[in-house]
Amino acid sequence: MKRWMRYGSSDKIFYGVTFLVLTFMFIIVMYPILFVLASSFSSGQAVTGGKVFLWPVDFSLEGYKIVFHNRDILNGFLNSVIYTVTGTCINICITMVAAYALSREDLPGANWIMLLFTFTMFFSGGMIPNYMLIQKLGMINTRWAIVIPGALGVYNLIIARTFIRNNIPKELLEAAQIDGCSDIRFFTAIVLPLSKAVAAVLVLFYGVGHWNSYFNPMLYLNSRELFPLPIYLKEILISNQIDPSTVADPELQMRIAQTADVIKYALIVVTTVPVMMIYPFIQKYFVKGVMIGSIKG
Amino acid sequence: MRVKQKTVGSDRQIMSHKSLWHRMKARWQLYMLLALPVTFIILFHYVPMGGLVLAFKKYDISKGIFGSPWVGFQNFIKFFNSYKFTEVLKNTLTISIYSLLASFPLPIIFALLINAFPGKKYKKIIQTTTYIPHFISTVVMVGIVLQLLNSRIGIYGQLYSLLMKEPATDIIGKGTMFKHIYVWSGIWQSTGYNAIIYIAALSNVDQDLHEAAKIDGASRFQRVLYIDLMTVLPTATIMLILAAGGIMNVGFEKVLLLQNDLNIGYSEVISTYVYKIGLARGMGDFSLSTAIGMFNSVVNFTMLVIVNFISKRLNGSGIF
Repeated sequence: MKRWMRYGSSDKIFYGVTFLVLTFMFIIVMYPILFVLASSFSSGQAVTGGKVFLWPVDFSLEGYKIVFHNRDILNGFLNSVIYTVTGTCINICITMVAAYALSREDLPGANWIMLLFTFTMFFSGGMIPNYMLIQKLGMINTRWAIVIPGALGVYNLIIARTFIRNNIPKELLEAAQIDGCSDIRFFTAIVLPLSKAVAAVLVLFYGVGHWNSYFNPMLYLNSRELFPLPIYLKEILISNQIDPSTVADPELQMRIAQTADVIKYALIVVTTVPVMMIYPFIQKYFVKGVMIGSIKG
Repeated sequence: MRVKQKTVGSDRQIMSHKSLWHRMKARWQLYMLLALPVTFIILFHYVPMGGLVLAFKKYDISKGIFGSPWVGFQNFIKFFNSYKFTEVLKNTLTISIYSLLASFPLPIIFALLINAFPGKKYKKIIQTTTYIPHFISTVVMVGIVLQLLNSRIGIYGQLYSLLMKEPATDIIGKGTMFKHIYVWSGIWQSTGYNAIIYIAALSNVDQDLHEAAKIDGASRFQRVLYIDLMTVLPTATIMLILAAGGIMNVGFEKVLLLQNDLNIGYSEVISTYVYKIGLARGMGDFSLSTAIGMFNSVVNFTMLVIVNFISKRLNGSGIF
């Protein structure tokens, strides 16, 4: 308050307007999220009747019950976890190794190799040639098609390389070399332990990418038992197909028709929560990661 | 580089006296580490680029890519002459230019306001919450859009009937509304996230400039305009160049998921058309689809080079 008195009148107007605009943005962003949350905890009639605004009406967990009893969704959830965990592990290994080697300024040709990588950010073969390659490699309808082709993201490589360059002092490398430390040992013993922050950012970027990926699985997978969550989500949320027979409990089957919309809201919450839960832990690093990436984009 | 060599001194000079082969041999372990990533990039990025020859051939499954007969530019001509060409191109450009114009300035304005706002705690809360939508997947995002804009049970339907005292009309199926839904849901999702870069740039503002301006009697608003805005300009230029390089790239997944039979005339863009011709139906025309995709990539790349060139001429900042 004391500070407020000190501002000149034109500054007061400016800060007032800023406050209003920011608050407006906050409401615009938060309201849909709260609406989805509230609806997911409401009863079928309340949602279908349009009674929910900000708070659950006729509190009920019906939507969640059906979501957790649906075999498709559980199967998809499991597959998504498999793809996210294995995919991210492969991503991190290959990205960190490449980033380290390319961060070394004493590597002849490093810039040319880097150019080879960055060019792919701006030009690509496109959908059909990619599809034909995956087909030729015999990866269609296997889990490999999901975790292998995107194993190295060039943007993430740039982030990791910039981080290593800026954070590992050159003197450390020189001292290690005098002691007879090999390049690979320097990587495993010194660079990796010092790069935890950037590894955390990569885990977030790659992990969220895998968890949310929809198109590649749709293109490359045919068997339902291999589908990750987003494909099932698409069927339920967008194509409005929820097959009552996939729910084991006959009593629940009856209620599905009445609660279709609540199911959708519950499903949105269930699939988004895992991502939101890791976010606060990595948030600090994440802002840093975006900044590093932008400096040397 | 020259400056660096001088400062590092003797060590560098010894290095440069050694032959290239020797320097490479000393780093053999690093090349070994790079073997896998490089193989990877070549296999999954450059091999498909080689597959672009398909655009100039008439693909025959029995003969494979290399055995199929050459047809020159026939596939491109077929696309340019088809009635779909103008429709798809028009939709693509409308959506992407609209999206660029609407969503490019907002993160900058948001970052400037956040940066200028004095309340630390409030600032932090707003900044953290506005990233959240970025992590929502496309499928879920489209699901949310369809639910909330539902004319019967969504927020849109409820508010409309509350304010206008009559039932809302369906906007999901209305073709002309497609671009607005697409663009503004994108803005909802990405403004907070895209502002991070600008907020980071603003944290590096020279505080002396602000002090000097304050002494000269500049108001906070004037300082935002003349100091803060100037600080984020180079970053904004880079972002603009990158955006120009994607001028023909409309968020493919989102368009595909938002499409329905009613809005298809306004929502079919080049990338979704490529998918539909090539892969969506059983027997796709691989050659035509590749040609259309290649047309898209070439236009994008050309735009990137042109805008980069202009920007370098104007203010010296570019990405290459």
